[in-house]
Amino acid sequence: MSLLTLKDVSVRFEPKGKPPVTALAEVSLTVPHDTFSVLVGPSGCGKSTLLRLVAGLEEPTSGSITLDGRPIEGPSRERGMVFQSYTLFPWLTVRENVMFGPKLKGLPKSECAAIADELIEAVHLKDFARSYPTELSGGMRQRVAIARALANDPRILLMDEPFGALDSQTRQVMQELLLEIWQSKRKTVLFITHDIDEAILLGDDIHVMTARPGRIKASIANTIARPRDIDTLISEEFMGYKRQILSLMHNEALKAAM
Amino acid sequence: MKTRSLFSPKTAIPRTTYVGLSVASVLAIFGLWCLLTYGGFTPPDFLATPGEVLAAAIHRIANLSLFEHMASSLEVILSGFILASVLAVPIGILMGSFPAVQAIFEPITGFMRYIPVSALIPLLILWIGIGIEQKIMVIFLGTFFQQLILISDVSARVSKDLIDCAFTLGARRGQVVMRVLLPACMPGVMDNLRVTMGWAWTYLVVAELVAADSGLGYMILNAMRGLFTDVILLGVFTIGILGLITDFFFKWLRQRLLPWSVNL
Repeated sequence: MSLLTLKDVSVRFEPKGKPPVTALAEVSLTVPHDTFSVLVGPSGCGKSTLLRLVAGLEEPTSGSITLDGRPIEGPSRERGMVFQSYTLFPWLTVRENVMFGPKLKGLPKSECAAIADELIEAVHLKDFARSYPTELSGGMRQRVAIARALANDPRILLMDEPFGALDSQTRQVMQELLLEIWQSKRKTVLFITHDIDEAILLGDDIHVMTARPGRIKASIANTIARPRDIDTLISEEFMGYKRQILSLMHNEALKAAM
Repeated sequence: MKTRSLFSPKTAIPRTTYVGLSVASVLAIFGLWCLLTYGGFTPPDFLATPGEVLAAAIHRIANLSLFEHMASSLEVILSGFILASVLAVPIGILMGSFPAVQAIFEPITGFMRYIPVSALIPLLILWIGIGIEQKIMVIFLGTFFQQLILISDVSARVSKDLIDCAFTLGARRGQVVMRVLLPACMPGVMDNLRVTMGWAWTYLVVAELVAADSGLGYMILNAMRGLFTDVILLGVFTIGILGLITDFFFKWLRQRLLPWSVNL
């Protein structure tokens, strides 16, 4: 039984004095419980819009989105999100950032602290618990952002190209760390990227999107065995998926670049 | 071509060179002043000598009148500035992030910021008389609308992702405003309070133009009638020094209250 269901979701913008833009056209998608789903597509294919719809930060023009069968109405702590931009609250320490959600929930302080400490340890930032975000590197900030989103124990974790702004070495480290956390916590994740390698390394289900209007062109079940790591990237199986997705995306990238 | 040169843009220079140039610039102006006055190039009622200004300072410090003028001016400036800030900070923050609030305040703010405060003095006198309230009002009107624009800008620049992120962490609208928008604005608010405090000082003389009987602006205007250029310069220097002190105070306050924002 799937946790998240999108049915015929469309988003149209009508900018003044310009022709209307269809950002998403009748997208249908299901995300099963405890799976890692990835949306991969060229820039401008509406994948971020799709994630924002699920987060409740935007509303679809038509179609329905349900979590556990209930329609989504506005943002909620049960749909935590990690953004591509750095969104740590700079006036809070790492620990206070992670405690932000639990504190809003009204949990007793000791419980908030326990949750935060466990997650900070899970993202290997114990020594930085009392640091302010400006003292952290980009990779560290995104690790805190992941810990902060997980602190609310969300039903689904939404990730919008969280490693997009990082250099390639840091990105690899982050991917491995995310796999490690996911392996131990088994959260339902909906992850967005334009990086095919990242999609195959992380995802159980890979949804390839087309550009303008955004549609799901193909959904691929990725059966590469877990636990996966960097060696997965050079396996024969991996190359097979990569070839498949590359050819699906090739025309799309051309279309997007026009 | 050398990489490190005084003439390369955006290149650090040695600390000693920096201090040396700063001291030299101050000394150059001071030297010119000495030359013009002691050299007999300017008559005393045009420009007083440094010695005369010092004497005027000692005299007015000894009989405490300088401090009375300072206290009187500070009362006007601080009252006007605090009144303006107390209103401008919350309204400005809401204005920058809520289009509805912006729609309400934008027309009046956009209009008022171009009106010289001095043009409003006749009306102020008719409406609230010539007491301290009128002087405070001048400072208030001079800073409030500028603060509103600057602070609403600070608020508008707070990243939307930061706000959205708070929503996905379970914050309600009120909590987003109080726990995210407000603290996110604080460094910019402090900087702009510092800048507008400087402007408030520049309105002081205008505020004390009418029916004042004390204050640094009054002291300067009064000295002009007798061509006492020493007292005029003393007043000017006092305002400059008090301005510098408030500037340092705001810098210190920001470091104290918002230590996290130092490297922002």
